[in-house]
Amino acid sequence: MDDLLIARSLFGTTMAFHIIFATIGVGLPLMILTAELMYQRTKDQDYVVMAKRWTKAFAVLLGVGIPTGTIAGVQLSLLWPGFMEVIGRVMPLPFQIEIYAFFVEALFMSIYVYAAERIAPWMRIVSLILVAMGALASAVLITNVHAFQGTPAGFRYEDGKYLDIDPWAAFFNPSFFVTAGHVALSAYVTGAFVVASVAAFKLMKSDFGSRVYKLHQKAIMISLVVGGIASFLTALNGHESAQYLHEYQPEKLAAAEGLFETQDHAPLAIGGFTDRETKEIKWAIEIPWALSFLAGNSFDTVVVGLNDFPEEYWPPLFVHTLFNAMVGIGSLLILISLLGIAWKKFLKKDHFPKVFLWTLVASGPLAVAAIEFGWIFACTGRQPWVIYRILSTAQSATTAANLGILFILFAFVYVILGTAVVFVLLYYFRKNTVLDDLQRAEKKSVPLFSSNS
Amino acid sequence: MTDALIAITVLWGFVFIYAVMATMDFGAGFWSMIYIDREKTKATNIANRYLSPTWEVTNTFIVALVVAVYSLFPTAAYTLGTILLVPGSMILLLLALRSAFLVFSNVATEYKKPLTYISGITGIIIPGLLIAVLPITHGEFVDYGNGLTQLNLGRLFTSPNVYTFIGFAFSSTLFLSSLLLADYSKTSEEMDAYRVYLRDAKIAGPISLLMAFCIMLTLKEEARWIYDRMMEDLPLLLTSLGFFLLGGAGLFLPNFFSKGVKGMPRLSVIAVTAQYLIASYVYGKAHLPYIVYPNVTIQSAFTDPNSFRAVFITYIVGFAILFPGFIYFWSLFMHDKKFLRQKTNPNQ
Ligand code: HDD
Ligand code: HEM
Ligand code: HEM
Repeated sequence: MDDLLIARSLFGTTMAFHIIFATIGVGLPLMILTAELMYQRTKDQDYVVMAKRWTKAFAVLLGVGIPTGTIAGVQLSLLWPGFMEVIGRVMPLPFQIEIYAFFVEALFMSIYVYAAERIAPWMRIVSLILVAMGALASAVLITNVHAFQGTPAGFRYEDGKYLDIDPWAAFFNPSFFVTAGHVALSAYVTGAFVVASVAAFKLMKSDFGSRVYKLHQKAIMISLVVGGIASFLTALNGHESAQYLHEYQPEKLAAAEGLFETQDHAPLAIGGFTDRETKEIKWAIEIPWALSFLAGNSFDTVVVGLNDFPEEYWPPLFVHTLFNAMVGIGSLLILISLLGIAWKKFLKKDHFPKVFLWTLVASGPLAVAAIEFGWIFACTGRQPWVIYRILSTAQSATTAANLGILFILFAFVYVILGTAVVFVLLYYFRKNTVLDDLQRAEKKSVPLFSSNS
Repeated sequence: MTDALIAITVLWGFVFIYAVMATMDFGAGFWSMIYIDREKTKATNIANRYLSPTWEVTNTFIVALVVAVYSLFPTAAYTLGTILLVPGSMILLLLALRSAFLVFSNVATEYKKPLTYISGITGIIIPGLLIAVLPITHGEFVDYGNGLTQLNLGRLFTSPNVYTFIGFAFSSTLFLSSLLLADYSKTSEEMDAYRVYLRDAKIAGPISLLMAFCIMLTLKEEARWIYDRMMEDLPLLLTSLGFFLLGGAGLFLPNFFSKGVKGMPRLSVIAVTAQYLIASYVYGKAHLPYIVYPNVTIQSAFTDPNSFRAVFITYIVGFAILFPGFIYFWSLFMHDKKFLRQKTNPNQ
């Protein structure tokens, strides 16, 4: 492997690892907040217990999310110094403001966890809202840098120089709101379905009708409502993201759809593989005219195909599969939520069928997979550019050689952290069962939030 | 003041704040490991009580520091990013292990001991690597050949000057953190722990002063330019030494305010912080205008003026918003007697 490829793989691995914790770190606070608010409304202790247990999981995940995020932030400068030089000059604001979001999250997370029993209930809710807002803001802001990479704005680029810099125009680059919205919403999808996964699994292991069973059932219901709303909005917004690609990065959309010929009434290809040699898509189900309609709201929309671009500007063609997988999972999650809510609320059944529960168990990992596919699609689909049509990835990479050993070391540390975090979570929740927490919640004198044995 | 000078002052401020917070953070982790078997003195409890709520906030400062470098001095970020690849990656790897295992050790109570050992040991190495960035910016380990800038690791790790910096980082981490924990345990009325940390501070203090002298001696040999410029401010260096002695006095004198207690740790903490502040001002001033000697200066690396203005405004607004948050945090964890004097820490 050449050094550029290793640098890309190393950074991609860091991001792929960080994103798991970061996304759950954005999604989970909303679930905790929902549970706290449900408690305020219903005074049902079960919701406090949920909030406590998810907070504990959140705190453990932060233990990996924060250091891997720190790695991501510093590695950007270490591996892509050329990129960060430009970002520092033109687009420093998101990173800068993100620091404040990190501080808000860090301060109030500590307050919520370590001072839970010493502050007033309303202050607990306020702290939690601030944690959720801090997490959301950090996701939105970091995504803004990614948006800028796709739709750079706020400067004039001439003879390798960046002139007339306007950092706020760069901040409000064209795809900021769409992209940030998509990332935020999909994080809420993930948070909700990760909770649903665990709750469904535990529900199957507890006796029907027991206290624990009821608690898990409530957890599933709030996950389905939050997850259902978020995944519906994610799909709507994803549609808009695709329209932005049509406008700003047409070769990425062409690669995502495996479209070679520029045409109106373009078909939408689902599944199949894109063949570079014959320049066509194989074994795909094609829906006539659909792509044109999706890209521009009319069948007459001309969608640009890959043939209109020199081959060295083509993104890797496998992004078609990643895109399909993301959209497929998104659609499935909407379906799951609708079915679950209809079953419970409208058919009024109190048993979920086994198949449905197992689908729920799969939904969390699937949501995380959709996040990974989406990001790899978005970042790899931008290749060969690190800033679209301005700066190439090769130009921005470090000049250092022998990155292989670093790649191995980082990968090794991620394996350690990934394994350890799973063991710690399993250990903790085995030691502190739902019943333990229910009892603690009933005895007011025993601290619940800081309890741990 | 020119914009570049304002910017480097802000950056220096971040470096100083992070340096103080990080020494306390890594030091507390180390002490919590050292005293883990001495349950009676509560020294480990005290260290953890400080560490649990604060490590995340401390960590955010290192991110703030890196972001400040590339948004204020993008060209320097290019050079630093290139030469710091290896040391920077080492720091990141250790930091990841350290933070994660610190959190794990508080959750998986049965495995507390091995987990605390991992976080304590990885943590205490980090300051040594962090401080190595300073001698690297003095320039003598950087090679500029056929258009490429590279760090010469062989020369870096055979330089006595670098080792004195590392020794200084190590000893002052122990010094500052034991001072702070002494003060913290006194406020918490844990007198056994207090005596332990007071003793540690008495040992680590003179060692870190000795290391500071060794840095000056080796600096004279290896990076004469910065040595000479520092000596121009000899009066300030002597003032700094004076504060060190005041801090030392605070450890030995009987307490004016509470009878029968030896030492005034609060006085020592303040005096020693002042000592570090003055010394690092002298060092920082001597370093100017170079960021990486001799090629990268604050003027040549400075960002676009429009960007600087925008970033500077966010500093002011951000600080205004965050300040109450910090105060509230401080009052809950550093000032609340009920929290500090809890008899059994539920997180143990
Ligand atoms: C739970 C996760 C999830 C789900 C269900 C979806 N997405 Fe997504 N998608 C993401 C998670 C995600 C992401 C990880 O958040 C990405 C990666 C980069 C980004 O901006 O968001 C993304 C990127 C992304 C992009 C690329 C933007 C770019 O390259 O600039 C498009 C066009 C879509 N999505 C479209 C969709 C559509 C039409 C969906 C229909 C259901 C969909 N996504 C569901
Ligand atoms: C968090 C989820 C993310 C994942 C999983 C991810 C994944 C990847 C992958 C796999 C690559 C290598 C692409 C290739 O070379 O083929 C990459 C490159 C890159 N990504 Fe992302 N990325 C993520 C988020 C971001 C964000 C938020 C930013 C903006 C700050 C970003 C900036 C970059 C940069 C600068 C590169 C290197 C240059 C390049 O290859 O274009 N990434 N990322
Ligand atoms: C879009 C993808 C990303 C999302 C949604 C995201 C979100 C988050 C969140 C919510 C946190 C708080 C910790 C947690 O809850 O786990 C976090 C931590 C962090 N992230 Fe990411 N992040 C993303 C990508 C990146 C990238 C590309 C960088 C590098 C520039 C980065 C740098 C950091 C840093 C430095 C931290 C630690 C902050 C601290 O010290 O408190 N993140 N991220």
